Amino acid sequence: MPQGWTGRREAELSGQRALNRAPLPLLARGLPWLVIVLGSVLQTLPVIASAPVMPPFGFLFLLAWRQLHPGLLPVWAGLPLGLVDDLYSGQPFGSAMLLWSAAMIGMEVIESRFPWRSYVMDWLVAAGVIAGYLVLASGLAHATSDRAVTVLAPQLVVSVLVFPLAERFISACDRARLWRFRMGG
Amino acid sequence: MAPPNARRTGYSRRAQYGTFFGYLAAIAGALVGALALAVSFLDPTAFSGARGLAADAVAPAGRVVAAGRSGGQSALSSLWGYFTWGPRHAAMARELEVARVQLAEARSQTAENHRLKALLGLADADPHPLAFARLIASTASSPRRYATLSVGRDRGVTTGMPVRSAEGVVGRVLEVAEHTARVLLVTDPESLVPVMRARDGLPAFAQGHGDGTLEVRLISLGINPLKAGDVFVTSGSGGIYTPGMAVGVVVSLTRDGAIARVLSDPTQSSFVAVYPSYAVAARMPEALAPPPPPPAPPAKTKKKKKPAATAEAQ
Repeated sequence: MPQGWTGRREAELSGQRALNRAPLPLLARGLPWLVIVLGSVLQTLPVIASAPVMPPFGFLFLLAWRQLHPGLLPVWAGLPLGLVDDLYSGQPFGSAMLLWSAAMIGMEVIESRFPWRSYVMDWLVAAGVIAGYLVLASGLAHATSDRAVTVLAPQLVVSVLVFPLAERFISACDRARLWRFRMGG
Repeated sequence: MAPPNARRTGYSRRAQYGTFFGYLAAIAGALVGALALAVSFLDPTAFSGARGLAADAVAPAGRVVAAGRSGGQSALSSLWGYFTWGPRHAAMARELEVARVQLAEARSQTAENHRLKALLGLADADPHPLAFARLIASTASSPRRYATLSVGRDRGVTTGMPVRSAEGVVGRVLEVAEHTARVLLVTDPESLVPVMRARDGLPAFAQGHGDGTLEVRLISLGINPLKAGDVFVTSGSGGIYTPGMAVGVVVSLTRDGAIARVLSDPTQSSFVAVYPSYAVAARMPEALAPPPPPPAPPAKTKKKKKPAATAEAQ
């Protein structure tokens, strides 16, 4: 078949022979988890901040994976990933475990309610979830003191605007997830 | 396009159970999170061991990033320096003249202080830094203000030690792991530093404001005597911070206090020093009050500290 020939020709030209190559199961399944954990760790490193300024990258990546590739992460993924985030984020321990689990359930409900979606709709939903997450997380962090949530505004704006970039990054990761490696001999 | 509905499991019993238990696990996860949260509210140090291990694990990456961070900052500032070199040089030359005179005066006063302290038989508490370190990470995406130090138990750091940079107080050590330590920055809303006005010793508390500034709350209420530009230093009460470490300078007044800018901006300081607690350095460890800051609602704290303040005034 002509189509098959061209496909094979392209694969040969791009250095990927079709035969004898397959995605690594570990990478295909593990990459989403790894990327989100890296997001949680890396959000603490670049700056020594004197106000909450960095978007919560772990959470953004979780949302992006959930929206770009539903079903790849199980509904309960919020617990283990939130645990790692709690170790680094400085929030009271358990805050991300609770809020990320709730977000995953919430996204599931939203998806079943509004199965017809568009890019703008996805972004709006993500913005709403991010806003809710930041406000609730701040409430938990300041449960024992009396601080206003006004400091959150810059972080919220940055997070919502950065989300499409996070989605771009995650979609690149999603392609890398299925890179084909030489198997066996 | 509507996405394929993963919830429609068809007749496969296995798929049905899989989806069902997925939801159960998610709800259980949320409950576990709520439980952990309750535990950490009751005992904030409950998970410090796990946090310490986690911080130790990424410390090497943090060290590399911290070195790069200070390198980048110095490159930017030297670039900027080319543009502002002339006027700054002139201003610095003028300041140097004044400072030389003041330094000579200060030296004589230090000598006099030593003499007077010797007369009174007071131990001269001039703590030497225990370790120098970098701040390698911070909770940049959380409203809480913690930073991670690149030294820990291996260099003798223990809980409660003050951390300062050349410009002033940075915070105090809250949790210690083997190679890292967690510092509560002075800008954290739950950090409460006993301070006094450098000029006349007017006592106050400096509490973090959450946005990088400090809220100065006076201990004795009444007419607000503060002015923009007042400098606050640690007062030494509480036994953690050595008296006289710079904390902040007032930028605007509030009804019963002021908002102060932190003098030692942790974003700028690449190296910090860990000191022994003041009470330990002064060989009076029994004076070390149980860590003062955390929860207590502000009104209560004021009331509790008031007798001490009046005693001081007398």
